[in-house]
Amino acid sequence: MEAPRPESGDRIKFSEVNAYYGDFHALKEINLKIYHRQITALIGPSGCGKSTLLKSLNRMNDLIHGFRLTGRVTLDGEDIYRDFDVNSLRKRVGMVFQKPNPFPMSIRDNIVFGPKTHGVTNSKQLDEIVERALIQSALFDEVKDKLNKSAMALSGGQQQRLCIARALAIEPEVILMDEPTSALDPIATEKIEDTITELKDLYTIIIVTHNMQQARRISDRTAFFLLGELVEVRETHELFEDPQDKRTRAYIKGKFG
Amino acid sequence: MKLLNQTNASAGVSTAKTISKRAMALKILALIATVVTLALIGGMMIFILIKGVPFINQSLFEVQYNSENQSLFSSVVDTVLMTVIALSIAGILGIGAAIYLAEYTHSQSKLVVSIRYAFETLAGIPSIIYGLFGMLLFVVYFKMGYSLLAGSLTLAIMCLPLVMRTTEEALLAVPTSYREGSLALGAGRLRTIFQIVLPAANPGIVSGLLLGVGRIMGETAALIFTAGTVAALPASLFSSVRTLSVHMYVLASEGLYIDKAYATAVVLLALVAVINVASWLMSARLERKNYGSA
Repeated sequence: MEAPRPESGDRIKFSEVNAYYGDFHALKEINLKIYHRQITALIGPSGCGKSTLLKSLNRMNDLIHGFRLTGRVTLDGEDIYRDFDVNSLRKRVGMVFQKPNPFPMSIRDNIVFGPKTHGVTNSKQLDEIVERALIQSALFDEVKDKLNKSAMALSGGQQQRLCIARALAIEPEVILMDEPTSALDPIATEKIEDTITELKDLYTIIIVTHNMQQARRISDRTAFFLLGELVEVRETHELFEDPQDKRTRAYIKGKFG
Repeated sequence: MKLLNQTNASAGVSTAKTISKRAMALKILALIATVVTLALIGGMMIFILIKGVPFINQSLFEVQYNSENQSLFSSVVDTVLMTVIALSIAGILGIGAAIYLAEYTHSQSKLVVSIRYAFETLAGIPSIIYGLFGMLLFVVYFKMGYSLLAGSLTLAIMCLPLVMRTTEEALLAVPTSYREGSLALGAGRLRTIFQIVLPAANPGIVSGLLLGVGRIMGETAALIFTAGTVAALPASLFSSVRTLSVHMYVLASEGLYIDKAYATAVVLLALVAVINVASWLMSARLERKNYGSA
């Protein structure tokens, strides 16, 4: 079922992963490889485990009372739950959330918070980071004259691109996106999608989306989840044009979810 | 069917009419309440100003207090010292405890909820009880005597629950998404709290501290038991002092210098007003910096 791409090695591997919230079995025996310099989309109805899977990659699930995970999740062969200090893991695995969540401070301060956390103090260096991150997230032209203005005054779409810039500023290798456009209008969504597509040459991107059209537009591979199970994972166009599992077919035809 | 519809419709109209009548009555009642409140507070302020302002003169601010000249200068200094010391202690302990409860514990756990209730109750306990406790513990047991230190410690304990609770509320009101954003960038818990959560909670924390200032400045009962009533500049932390409120109480209860008690009230009002305006300006500035003027 897997379609390996020889030119881009598997960076992330889930081996027999089970996850629980208290008694609730959220992920069941997941085996999955995620490749570098690709966009991998995770789709499926609400509560299917796709967000749990995403958040197990930067251990944001640790914050939830009663969360438990068994099996192995590895990044470049290192076990995310055993071999990593959680803060250095999160420096390598950045995240963009469902609702834009800029900090209530200036645009510049939002972006330099991460690099400063990881020890960059030279202000010239920080300026360069700010500029580069904003250019990468396609926000630079809109905000270059108001870097010291509050981020809270930006529009929703701009705030989300700022959050992408904030994630890029710590130079992660992997970027997790949890339905990054679900709170945005179609025009803002299109801009974010363009940004994401631009970024895939440099990063490993994993995006959770409710929007199947979005998965189709931007992702290289798509994984379909249902009730905590990984039903099918393939090249995106194959999955949508010729789903192998009848549950996948039913879902992409809009029969449920 | 038609008949039924009509009755329903007419019932609807009459209900709407009663509702609008009730709404009108409620509005008028609320208006009356507002006017009465304003009149009471405003009237009291005007009364105090009329009674007090004519007696404010230079002799009130002489450094030395004696039986010929009941200067309130030393009381102003004592009040400021008392406020600074008590609030620093209450602030450090209260904010620290609030950070622990809000950020490091499960906020719905039974223990935390009962601590919250306990503190809420403590915040409402009459100050004289704190005074009695302070006297027994600091004045007698720790042999501090009637002193600035014993008074400050007592007042610190007295406003600790208030500061703790308001700070905790302010911290809990900070959206979880800010914490998640910070943690996801690889910032540790401590960094997240000090650089993201506390700045965002600042306005709430400041208003809690202001309530504390109000309680400290207005306190008499607890202080008479712990700081005494000596109207002089303190030589050390162990000197007895007399804050403005206590000064007012003494003047008024002696009955000889009521006019000076009113003058003191005016000075106290002015002091509280200055502190409030200053902190209001400060937090407005912070808010502008954080959230923008737009």
